[in-house]
Amino acid sequence: MTAKIAVTWVKACRVEDVPINGGVCVKLGEEQIALFYFTRRNEWFATQNECPHRRQMALSRGMIGTAGDTPKVACPFHKKTFSLVTGECLNGEECTIRIYPVRVDEGVVFIGI
Amino acid sequence: MKVIVIGNGMVGFKFCEKILTRGIPDLQLSVFGEEMLPAYDRVHLSEYFAGKSAYDLSMAPVQWYADNGITLHLGDPVLEIDRGKKVIRSFKGVEESYDYLVFATGSSSFVPRIAGTDKEGVFVYRTLEDLNLIARHAPNCRSAAVIGGGLLGLEAAKAMLDLGIQDTHVVEFAPRLMPRQIDDKGSAILRRQLEEMGITVHTNRNTAAILGNASITGMIFTDGTILAVDMLVISAGIKPRDELAASCDLDLGPRGGIVVNDSMQTNDPSIYAIGECAVHQGAVYGLVAPGYEMAEIVAEGLAGRVKTFSAFDMSTKLKLLGVDVASFGNPFADEEARSIVFEDNAKGIYKRINISSDGKRLLGGILVGDASEYNMLLQTCRNALTLPPSPEALILPRGEGKSSASGVAALPDDAVICSCEGVTKGAICAKTLEGNETVDALKKCTGAGTGCGGCVPMVKDLMVHTLKANGKYVRNVLCEHFAYSRQELFDLIKIHQLQTFDEVLDKLGKGHGCEICKPAIASVLASLWADMILEKGNDTAQDTNDRFLANIQKGGTYSVVPRIPGGEITPDKLIRLGEVAKKYHLYTKITGGQRIDMFGAHVGDLPFIWSELIAAGFESGHAYGKALRTVKSCVGSTWCRFGLHDSVSYAIRVEERYRGLRAPYKIKSAVSGCIRECAEAQSKDFGIIATEKGWNLYVCGNGGSKPQHALLLASDIDSETCIRYIDRFLMFYIRTADQLTRTATWLNKMEGGIDYLRNVVVHDSLGMAEQWEREMQALVDSYRCEWKAAIENPEIRKRFAHFVNAPEEKDPTVRFDELRGHKKAADWK
Repeated sequence: MTAKIAVTWVKACRVEDVPINGGVCVKLGEEQIALFYFTRRNEWFATQNECPHRRQMALSRGMIGTAGDTPKVACPFHKKTFSLVTGECLNGEECTIRIYPVRVDEGVVFIGI
Repeated sequence: MKVIVIGNGMVGFKFCEKILTRGIPDLQLSVFGEEMLPAYDRVHLSEYFAGKSAYDLSMAPVQWYADNGITLHLGDPVLEIDRGKKVIRSFKGVEESYDYLVFATGSSSFVPRIAGTDKEGVFVYRTLEDLNLIARHAPNCRSAAVIGGGLLGLEAAKAMLDLGIQDTHVVEFAPRLMPRQIDDKGSAILRRQLEEMGITVHTNRNTAAILGNASITGMIFTDGTILAVDMLVISAGIKPRDELAASCDLDLGPRGGIVVNDSMQTNDPSIYAIGECAVHQGAVYGLVAPGYEMAEIVAEGLAGRVKTFSAFDMSTKLKLLGVDVASFGNPFADEEARSIVFEDNAKGIYKRINISSDGKRLLGGILVGDASEYNMLLQTCRNALTLPPSPEALILPRGEGKSSASGVAALPDDAVICSCEGVTKGAICAKTLEGNETVDALKKCTGAGTGCGGCVPMVKDLMVHTLKANGKYVRNVLCEHFAYSRQELFDLIKIHQLQTFDEVLDKLGKGHGCEICKPAIASVLASLWADMILEKGNDTAQDTNDRFLANIQKGGTYSVVPRIPGGEITPDKLIRLGEVAKKYHLYTKITGGQRIDMFGAHVGDLPFIWSELIAAGFESGHAYGKALRTVKSCVGSTWCRFGLHDSVSYAIRVEERYRGLRAPYKIKSAVSGCIRECAEAQSKDFGIIATEKGWNLYVCGNGGSKPQHALLLASDIDSETCIRYIDRFLMFYIRTADQLTRTATWLNKMEGGIDYLRNVVVHDSLGMAEQWEREMQALVDSYRCEWKAAIENPEIRKRFAHFVNAPEEKDPTVRFDELRGHKKAADWK
């Protein structure tokens, strides 16, 4: 995480559009991105919306939570869980999801792509 | 030390795992595998068709090999070995030298010499690639045959059923199925069970030729009869993969296989062979446990220690098409043995044990239909435990109060509990005492139960026994966030009057919740307070089906099930359902619970669909919830000439009373108008059957994966009493069951069983009846249709959109295919 990569911030939605401790799916061009507002931790996360296990566009509808101190999301289909910080699968599988940085500015949520 | 493993199957993988732990200095390990995938679980291969992915079956990801310093060459079989120079050369031209070479090339399917095995539609059943070929061919097939009635053949037959081929045949050369494991009687019971599932069994049949031009159209047997089939899977045994060994002049057995000594060495001392490619004292072992033992012996040998392989116990237990089949020790009686047989043809159970003539030792046995005693019998046999004076008790159906946990105490510490991983009772108990107090923790630190998984119940029994013996209270906790059971949480949430998931977590838990505790607690809150489940911020604590008030299906669309109480519906309402389904392009199917399910709804369409359904007089059916589903009914005395009472009216009354009730798991019910039981009430969580004098109430039945008949709770009761008993029964269940536990399992775990339950519900032994009836009435009075509430609340309604920033757009990745003129979800990618 040392190399600085140029990030383009794209407007996603307003803070109140995202449910407390839940997620929504954001359309950015042809991409589908899952955006989560982990209110209990006052943190925002963004990942790809597709679960790599069965390639379903569903992660934004998953339940979020923690394993130890790691924030995670569980896919609604077969409950595969992924770290919201690193994107790695926490069930010992080799699939990983892409993660994106999130920034909130004056009530507007931006995703870095 | 430079070691090369040829073959990356289960045994080759296990060898890598074992050799890494031996502390060999400068170990360099290379693995060459022929398949494109890293080692996967071949034992559970047929689960691939039942929905498991290649991921699920894999033993370890590619990354594991890299992390452990192993060079893995996939899709690259070894082609040449120069034993003089100790060098191998692979298909892709890799040349590597070795100090030691380990053959773990496994086996291929034995294909008998039958004319026509090269025709299209003829397959073997061995690798994931074979399975992919079969799956591609299956959609064009209406019938299929499997040659081979052994373990693998029956697994292949299950795969045919999983692929939707109704007309499946098993062809066996011997006079019975599984001739090497079970006897004639056990085989006959197994055969009957398979035939009930729609599999036709042909024994004593020798295939002469396969018919058809390019593609198979059928097979002809040596007796001249013909069987027409569209597909044939050959699973008639295994053939060791020894061709590479032959090319470098290693000694082979008379019927193939690489000859090894007790240390698994071939005639070249720097070359070993393990698993199904090896022949030890004339025997090839086609099971995974002996293969793992061989891997252990080579790992020890390379570490400079001497360990030898001796004839391996071929005891085995498996579930074939849902039927337990096990054989252990010597399954067939010898001259000096006595046998005890228990047979229940109605239930499809056959058990046989062979006992030494002095009655003291168990020599072996066979279990078909119910193998719950397998682990204990196997241990008794292996450890030569002295039998009790009446050994028939070992296989007779369990009476009250006899628990299997009492048996584990008698085992010696060196009893091998997990034969796949070679883990003893002593090791499991010692690790439990070191603080590994869950089955998962024990699996991780001992490896027990990670192979075939058959010993997991015994590992749990040992853990509980060890904890209890050391005066530890065995806690049943929800997850890492809550150190309470569901029952304890239910009481605490009630006492503290907590209303939201966040309040519960702040007051009673730690951390930030997870996919286990969130829905469990959301369900408790709904059972207690009957709030609309998407209000008060509890929406994101609901599992996805509850959160969107619909059932998520393959592809990410939802299915919609309006309530049709008792299965009674007017023609006008049927027409409205049809119109709505047509308008929103939904696939329609009649459910098992006498309702109509409409599939393929986009999340954004759900509020519109429900607006129309509610306008037509429908309400939510709660098919998405851990809640009352349906109360099925037969037509009853209004039309039926046998009907005693009006079962439809009573079913509607019961369904409307308990609709929307949230519980630890789904609840199903049915009402039958007479003893013919057309509504199948005895397979339900609670079922009601009309009698001459009133109703009989049955409870804790279950269909599903572990069918169980409901038990009679009360007989000849009137309609009002029946409702009161159901009120009490349901409240008792909701209050005390673990999360995701059906009533049948709840009862099975209850001390005192149905007699205790009857005392609580009918005789009010806890003095709770009045309170429970009052609480139930409060829940009944507060019922409202969740969908009506959802579409009337703009904050809730706006959540039904796929894209937050483009709410009117549908998910463009949703795909449908066509089948019989209907739509269906596109297959998993």
